[in-house]
Amino acid sequence: MSTMDLKNESFNLEKNEKETLLEIKNLKTYYPVKGGFFQRTIGNVKAVDDISFSIKKGETLGLVGESGCGKSTTGRTIIRLLKATAGEILFEGKDISKLSGKSLQAIRQDIQMVFQDPYASLNPIQMVGDIVAEPIKNFKSIGKKELKTEVMDLLQKVGLPEDAYYKYAHEFSGGQRQRIGIARALALRPKLIIADEPVSALDVSVQSQVLNLLKELQKEFDLTFLFIAHDLSVVKHMSDRIGVMYLGSMVEISGRKSLYDEPLHPYTKALVSAIPMPDPRRKANRIVLKGDVPSPLNPPTGCPFHPRCAVAMDECSKTKPILKEVKPGHQVACHLY
Amino acid sequence: MSGKLHKDAPLLEVKNLETAFDIDGTYYNAVDNVSFTVKPRQIVGIVGESGCGKSVMSLSIMKLLPKGIGEIRSGEILFDGIHLEKLSDKEINRVRGKDISMIFQEPMTSLNPLFTIGFQLQEVLFNHQKISKQDAKLKSIALLKSVGISRPEKIIDEYPHQLSGGMRQRVMIAIAIACQPKLLIADEPTTALDVTVQAQILELLKEIQQVNDMSIILITHDLGVVAEMCDEVIVMYAGRIAEKTDVDTLFHNPKHPYTKLLMGAIPKMDEDVEELSSIKGIVPSLKNMPTAGCRFAERCPSVMPECMVSTPKLAENEQGHEVACFLYETSRALEGVK
Repeated sequence: MSTMDLKNESFNLEKNEKETLLEIKNLKTYYPVKGGFFQRTIGNVKAVDDISFSIKKGETLGLVGESGCGKSTTGRTIIRLLKATAGEILFEGKDISKLSGKSLQAIRQDIQMVFQDPYASLNPIQMVGDIVAEPIKNFKSIGKKELKTEVMDLLQKVGLPEDAYYKYAHEFSGGQRQRIGIARALALRPKLIIADEPVSALDVSVQSQVLNLLKELQKEFDLTFLFIAHDLSVVKHMSDRIGVMYLGSMVEISGRKSLYDEPLHPYTKALVSAIPMPDPRRKANRIVLKGDVPSPLNPPTGCPFHPRCAVAMDECSKTKPILKEVKPGHQVACHLY
Repeated sequence: MSGKLHKDAPLLEVKNLETAFDIDGTYYNAVDNVSFTVKPRQIVGIVGESGCGKSVMSLSIMKLLPKGIGEIRSGEILFDGIHLEKLSDKEINRVRGKDISMIFQEPMTSLNPLFTIGFQLQEVLFNHQKISKQDAKLKSIALLKSVGISRPEKIIDEYPHQLSGGMRQRVMIAIAIACQPKLLIADEPTTALDVTVQAQILELLKEIQQVNDMSIILITHDLGVVAEMCDEVIVMYAGRIAEKTDVDTLFHNPKHPYTKLLMGAIPKMDEDVEELSSIKGIVPSLKNMPTAGCRFAERCPSVMPECMVSTPKLAENEQGHEVACFLYETSRALEGVK
């Protein structure tokens, strides 16, 4: 064990020296709520409410949280499918949150996305070869022959047979479709891949195939991942560091091991304890939360978690705790610390 | 789970069940020669990936197969001594919702959006009991309270869309247990829910099972849920039972190659592995089922020539541990020689 820890540590140190690829500063994404006769904006759904984090080159940052916590909105804002309401998205030191037109187009080469639903994210009337070729055609002037060899090469890299090129998406199973989506995301050799619930529509045995593939590709192409999922064990398997979101806020960020071994935030504790363990001999010391996640349209004042928190104090309903480092590499937003 | 002999006769006994679907005029077995029993107060888990026949099996028991497409081709389903497979629609209606009820995966779609929660709850009561309107209302409030819904007096006048996913699943459970069934079939009851809500619902199911003394068939793909909830587990693959044993043995001494791979394929919170075990290929679709031999043979890492030819029988390998695999049939044969 100890040698393993040492190895991990030196590995982490090595990573610390690496440069930051993506830095998010005070990002906010609000969805306007329209109403009334003139469809005026009458309120905001604060899907992402002031979060900050960074990802280093070659690292995988996992984002976990339950539905409605804003993890997908975060991913979509970074890739600029959504416009940030406020805050900065620094990619390689450059703020991309306000780019438009050609300069935005250029940045899309470097950031690609793998979507959740392998059934809905592929064009049903395009051949797989064309689906994968499209991003390349958009960004490079390349001869037909070269293009085809490149696409074939990509298909082979993600473990699809050669004849997949001439087939349509519906001819493939869920796992294979997700491979097509991964090939498309890889086509431009991006630096950052945002994977939004890439395996949640898949069966366990197929899920493990896709997770293994993503890890292999990360090594081969030196990729950086933002890995978004609701399944904490999947996220832990994939990530170097994990951020936990709740109702639009980042409540905790830490290394994968310490998040599981010593979660600090009461919400993270409940979340970790809620996962059913595939071992009947282990009796879970479960913290069962009361009630449901409040609506982000009308979030509670102060700490967003305080109405469900077992250790809430007076202060929690008044001021929102900020994310601060309480141990090296372990940040938490809670008044307890 | 002691060595003591159970006097209890099984509550549900499924014998050599074959359920087939009609695809372009040919019948394909989605459930193929499946036998198992559920004892009173037992929670039996059925695990497997999509397409393994676990939902079709539960629909067969409830006789909810789509008419004209799916049908029970052979076998027996004995519930409390009654042959369910022989009952007419009218007769099964008296059993459904009363002695056996079911909760489904989708709490969003399994409630009728046009009726109030109270109406849908009272409907079951009126169908199966002689009860006055006033009593039905009081009973439905009590039921909602028992599944952990706060302010039930208000909720009975609300519509499904006004409730969250977790609340809707609680209402579904309330409807299912309204007539105190002896058997509850829960088909992926928590799959659509978030983990913290899933924890609440599982807790609730366990509590209700103990209070009402009922048996549960829990259908799920999540091995974590199985480990937590079940007494006995049935692992299904492509319409057949691959392995059947008690929960502790399944997780600590799995035998069938499919079970072993399935265990290795899930990332675990308390372990670090670089690579997850994966099973090559996918579950064959109904039409592409291998016609001869073990249905897992094509994906199996320890496949032998005979696996392609003949079908391994589900047989007891150790006491209470049944496996359908030729790897263990030889060891059984050897034991016989000894």
